Amino acid sequence: MADLKHNDGLLVEEYADYLYDGFHDHHHGDKYQTGFISHYIFSMDHKMIAKQFLITGMFWGLIGGLMSLVFRLQLGFPEASMAWLKPLLGKWITISEATGVGTLDPQFYYALVTMHGTILVFFVLTAGLSGTFSNLLIPLQLGARDMASPFMNMLSYWFFFLAGAVMFASLFLNTGPFSGGWTAYPPLSALPQASSGSAGGMTLWILSLVLFVVSVLLGGINYITTVLNLRTKGMSLWRMPLTIWAFFVTAILGLLSFPVLASGFFLVMCDRGLNTSFFLNEIYVGGQALEQVGGSPILYQHLFWFLGHPEVYIIILPAMGLVSEVLAVNARKPIFGYHAMVYSIMAIGFLSFIVWAHHMFMAGVNPFISNIFVIFTLIIAVPSAVKVFNWISTLYGGNIRFNPGMLFAIGFVSLFISGGLTGIFLGNSAIDIPMHDTYFVVAHFHIVMGVAAFFGMFAGVYHWFPKMYGRFMNDTLGKIHFWGTMIGAYAVFWPMHYIGMAGVPRRYYSFSTFDFSNQFAATNEFITIAAIITFGFQVIFVINFFYSIFYGKKQTTRNPYGATTLEWTTAINPGHGNWPGGIPAVHRWAYDYGKMGEEFIPQVEPVSEKEKEFDEAHPH
Amino acid sequence: MMYLIAILIAILVFVIVVQIGKVNELAARLRGEEKAEHDGNEWNARMMLVFLVGFLAFAVGTSVYYYPYMLGYGPNILPTIHGPQIMQLFNITLFFTGIVFVITHILLFWFAYRYRNSKDRVAEFIPHDNKLEIIWTAIPAVVMAILVVFGLVAWNDAMSDVDADGEALGYVKVGTGDVENGTKNYIEIGATGLQFNWILRHPGRDGLLGTKNWQLITGSNQLGQDFKDSKNIDDIILDELVLPKGHTVRARISSRDVLHNFDIPHFFVKMDAIPGMPTYFKFTPTMTTEEYRDHLSQFPEWQVPADPEEPDGPQRWEAFNFELACAELCGKGHYSMRKIVRVVTEEEYNAWLDQAESTSFYLNEIRGTDDDPFLSRPTLQIEKRIREREAKKAKPAPSDVPAPTPGDTPAPEGQPLEGGETGSIQPLNSGTVGTSTTTTTVGNAVQSTVNSATITGTNVVNSATEAVQTGVNTAINAVNNAANSATNAVNNAVETTKEAASSAADKAGDAIDKAKDKAGEVKDNLLNNPK
Ligand code: HEM
Ligand SMILES: [Cu+2]
Ligand SMILES: [Cu+2]
Repeated sequence: MADLKHNDGLLVEEYADYLYDGFHDHHHGDKYQTGFISHYIFSMDHKMIAKQFLITGMFWGLIGGLMSLVFRLQLGFPEASMAWLKPLLGKWITISEATGVGTLDPQFYYALVTMHGTILVFFVLTAGLSGTFSNLLIPLQLGARDMASPFMNMLSYWFFFLAGAVMFASLFLNTGPFSGGWTAYPPLSALPQASSGSAGGMTLWILSLVLFVVSVLLGGINYITTVLNLRTKGMSLWRMPLTIWAFFVTAILGLLSFPVLASGFFLVMCDRGLNTSFFLNEIYVGGQALEQVGGSPILYQHLFWFLGHPEVYIIILPAMGLVSEVLAVNARKPIFGYHAMVYSIMAIGFLSFIVWAHHMFMAGVNPFISNIFVIFTLIIAVPSAVKVFNWISTLYGGNIRFNPGMLFAIGFVSLFISGGLTGIFLGNSAIDIPMHDTYFVVAHFHIVMGVAAFFGMFAGVYHWFPKMYGRFMNDTLGKIHFWGTMIGAYAVFWPMHYIGMAGVPRRYYSFSTFDFSNQFAATNEFITIAAIITFGFQVIFVINFFYSIFYGKKQTTRNPYGATTLEWTTAINPGHGNWPGGIPAVHRWAYDYGKMGEEFIPQVEPVSEKEKEFDEAHPH
Repeated sequence: MMYLIAILIAILVFVIVVQIGKVNELAARLRGEEKAEHDGNEWNARMMLVFLVGFLAFAVGTSVYYYPYMLGYGPNILPTIHGPQIMQLFNITLFFTGIVFVITHILLFWFAYRYRNSKDRVAEFIPHDNKLEIIWTAIPAVVMAILVVFGLVAWNDAMSDVDADGEALGYVKVGTGDVENGTKNYIEIGATGLQFNWILRHPGRDGLLGTKNWQLITGSNQLGQDFKDSKNIDDIILDELVLPKGHTVRARISSRDVLHNFDIPHFFVKMDAIPGMPTYFKFTPTMTTEEYRDHLSQFPEWQVPADPEEPDGPQRWEAFNFELACAELCGKGHYSMRKIVRVVTEEEYNAWLDQAESTSFYLNEIRGTDDDPFLSRPTLQIEKRIREREAKKAKPAPSDVPAPTPGDTPAPEGQPLEGGETGSIQPLNSGTVGTSTTTTTVGNAVQSTVNSATITGTNVVNSATEAVQTGVNTAINAVNNAANSATNAVNNAVETTKEAASSAADKAGDAIDKAKDKAGEVKDNLLNNPK
């Protein structure tokens, strides 16, 4: 790697000039958190908390992924026996006396689909992604010793952990985990009579997600406060790397939208337990006419999607931030149109609050209202397009290193394009009539959110792994992982567009009840096989990750990528407080790559006279 | 044992993966890290191009392969009026997004390849370019504006409600169907979702769905139809949805328990079913099932046995049906809520309704039981009709036409009431007492009569209709009070009718006579069946 990093090896002495004493009173020998428990478990160090989020997220990613394989088996090989899963799934596999063929209980199929969605959206792509990298990078890239409130930060993780524990427990309920879809629409989610998963499973599901909301809020408040108050000297908002901008706006979105979700959940709880009828009206179920009248199920959908749409951006914005950073560093070029990137993050953030009803075009809301949501929804495509064009232009004229992080960043851009473009179809309410709740939507959001956000996360993990563990992940395995996942993910989700365009609804346990869906046996088989193989590539990642923690190639220089940002000015294994002694001050933005023939100029380097002239000639 | 094997396999995979990683690292060290790094970079850069070509080929190839599967493409034409409009919008969107997709992907992967690392180069410092950025903000904005405009037009067309002065029909008048614009009058069918089925309801001859109440639901009265509402008397619970081609249909969609979604993929019809709040979707089928099958029969992929296990069975196109599904997760049977939708010609539809009438839920399950609010009525109109029809069938006269023909609407005149003769249902806004069912039915009958008699006398028709309506309402009112006043009222009605008619063109005279006859019949009826 040496030739690619001829500028690395900045030693701490070289930075000595740049350090200032902002926190002189805060000297600490390392008595802090030396015990095992305080260091690894109830840690208040943002770097350790980041690792906790990451590893917990990976655990949930594996669980959620395995669940999807089970229901993919059902779809791809509906005739095959699942008897071999009996030891694991128990009563949810029924074995026919006559033939010995084991079939998956539809109830459990829906439980798997629901758990898969909930786990991946919330536990993996929200907590695992934003939790990991906001924690790791906000203090490190802003030049802060830690989060504004390390204690709240620790609580944030432990609430997340508890949320996971509760959800995990719900898997073992006799009535099964919740099975009404990750959106949990009432009345289905409110009535145990309507679905066994809506009994104890739903109670635990709500409990889990309320704990999760607490976690997000504790984290979010912390991220916002840290960004606003703990930036080092010289780090004005407009000098922050795009990662931080993305985390910052994400945290604001979370803070504004998650409470609304929680309120929706509370109302569902009331309908379930207190005989209220916020969402129930004129229902006859389980051989009985309910007394609860006057509610509206649509109200819940408004509450849910008022979170739900911002939530998809809560997932994708951090990935966008990571990708922007990784692209710039490895293209050795400034991110193209930094200001436009920031403004489009803000625009996306703002607009994401006024488009929620595009999930409800066919939900029985007044069609007139949809007109307005169509307009706002399609406007969102404009800042999204700007971001894509800027990423592509960042590559133009670069000097690109294809390390795994970079590969995933490029893959992200491709996925975001493919999935974003189908959003333009769905955002137009008229086209949503045939497409709503079909596999077309499944293809859309898996590509644009599911896979793309994973790619952003992978880019981040490969890129910042040295900052977390002082070692590199194996390069070859990383590249195998990338190409396998890139090809595999498209193989899995691309054909789903066509299934959707044939009108097949999502969330079908079997394709054979209808003639119009019964034509896709071969396609489903293909998708299932592709999914299994793609999952195999993720196993490679996990192995690589844990193996590299202990045996990966050692990081020998502080700034292995020749990056400009502050995290690479810390020691290879930064202790608590991040910088021994003073904190570096910042003199420039984060993207001086290739400027005036220099490969890169770190943010800590003061602006020279010559450079000032150059800047006047090329304002940015 | 199985676990042991699984664990062994897991360990094996782990070891292999780690070894691959190690071997490559080692090889790199042997070759010299710098060179290995360079080779790796070149390889990945080339893969970028390979992937680009492969991906675009995959996109095109799969589109071609799936062309005959997708609705709106290949054999799968869209047999509703709004379907092709939406498809057009889809294709416009596909055009723009397709261009963007191809260009951005070519640029992305080409740049990645072209600007791969080279020792001899430092990257260019291009932090931004205002002109470019304005251009590529403006272009998407303009494209989005175009899509919004087309989109909203299509949306508001598709979601518009039925014509305010259209009427809900039971039978349709043959020859009035319109596959281009739909019809002003419409057929309102009911669809109620429950776990896990659709209950479909035809309004019967009066065109009006009777009220239902979830508290009245029982094992047999699945919808909770309220039979005090005479509109329910002729409502038919269907096994399959039968619709006439070219006539506007309004689905009144509701749910009994949780959310469902009324989804007919081929029709581009989709709307959530919500407990306690009806939703609507209006559409007009433009092809009969038979026509659609004929159309499909031209395509080789449809000329194969429907069931591969049965090579001599019907061909795929012969077995084709439009299907109604559920598109909102509603529980464990969500995937199985199938009903067939059969589109037929107007004649077939009317003939079907003739037959289906006798399967009215009320007649078969409620009539004559303690729950029957009309127990005191010895014969209801619907019963009379059915009996007559059966009698005819028993000894078919040569003049008998099995299916109604144009001009001869099957709505026999003089059948004003579907059983609501008690007249105790709802006051009309005019202040007179009657049921809206009654009024409309009479109106329908008269109107169609007059239509068949005259083309130009629309005004007359209207006034005649009104007159008769008033008359009948008054009559009903009267019956409620006393038989005497009923006679008077009907006489009044006849008078009014006459007056209206006298001011009209010659041709209309005929119609008025008929209207008069009808009024007379009303009178007879009322007199024959005093309360
Ligand atoms: C160009 C911008 C986008 C537009 C116009 C758009 C539009 C839409 C629309 C209209 C739907 C509803 C489809 C339906 O249910 O019928 C939808 C679904 C969805 N979109 Fe997007 N989208 C865009 C980008 C994104 C992004 C960036 C993400 C996430 C990172 C995302 C995630 C989702 C998800 C998760 C769903 C499905 C939710 C569910 O029903 O389970 N979309 N999108
Ligand atoms: Cu959305
Ligand atoms: Cu359903």
